[in-house]
Amino acid sequence: MSETLQVAVWRGDSNGRYVNYQVPKRDSQTVLDVVTWVQRYADPTLSYRFACRVGMCGSCAMTVNGRPRWTCRTHVAKVASSGRLVIGPLENLPIIKDLAADMQPFFEKWQQAKGRFVASKVRTDPIERIAPDTPARIAADAAIECINCGVCYAACDTVRWNSDYLGPAALNRAWTLINDARDAANADRLSAVAGDSGCHNCHSHQSCQEHCPMSLNPTASIAGLKRQTALAYMRGMIKP
Amino acid sequence: MNVRLYVWQRLTAAVMAPLVLVHLIVIFYATHKGLSAADMLARTHGSLAWALFYGVFVAAIAVHASIGIRTILGEWSRLGARQRDLAVTFFGLLLATLGLRAVAAVVLS
Repeated sequence: MSETLQVAVWRGDSNGRYVNYQVPKRDSQTVLDVVTWVQRYADPTLSYRFACRVGMCGSCAMTVNGRPRWTCRTHVAKVASSGRLVIGPLENLPIIKDLAADMQPFFEKWQQAKGRFVASKVRTDPIERIAPDTPARIAADAAIECINCGVCYAACDTVRWNSDYLGPAALNRAWTLINDARDAANADRLSAVAGDSGCHNCHSHQSCQEHCPMSLNPTASIAGLKRQTALAYMRGMIKP
Repeated sequence: MNVRLYVWQRLTAAVMAPLVLVHLIVIFYATHKGLSAADMLARTHGSLAWALFYGVFVAAIAVHASIGIRTILGEWSRLGARQRDLAVTFFGLLLATLGLRAVAAVVLS
């Protein structure tokens, strides 16, 4: 294997293009290391986003050789055995510059899906005991480790075809709150995810599950939302 | 798609599932027995049961297919929401009209 990586990096906004760089190959090198090398040693004007570098913050997701990935935990050796890397910004989002995608639509949809916790108690109430083995808590726990990286959103075909669709991450968040016994806004939340932009647009392609770096299954969460909203609708509790 | 359309599409699918099965059995039976068109029409003529069976089938298909086409048009065409809904309403009515006309032809002729 050569000691140099051939790296094409997206430069500019949506009208930009890929620019080629040669980057030294290192042991245990991540894709984020490669991007950082380009900025430090080849072109300091390269824009990209990262923070924790240990797979917790969800800031550094990019498109790597055609797939959305968290770049800080993606080893070059696993995705570029030929020594060739093509790195672009996340898809399905506007491009601010280079590798920095505009996450605003992504987080606005979290708000549309009522992804904000609404407390049913105040600080003077006794702390509610949450049994870890109830079906609702098990469902919430299975979906709760989302790091907001946007990989599922970038991988989703339905988002690509229907820009109004709330997307896997926002719906997965809504599902965790609907299963949270402490939350007080579930009627509003079920209505929010049952409209024309909501969970029923999902085709269950499962790209979100395939690409999620945290190995979550948003498709299963969305299926749960479909069941709950359908039942609530047939009982007259919500209107689309 | 919203929850109302989702429920209608699933309910019509549930209605169609056994009807499709019976429809296929009827086709296999008719071809296996070598029934002619005249033989079939003799059995369906004046039959309230066949009228109800295929009448419900046509209604379920018209609703189910229209909702599916609405989704496809929304994702794959440049039609606005209003144009899309008008197009699929027309499509559903067309399916219902053609289907019920065919049902009337085999039951009333």
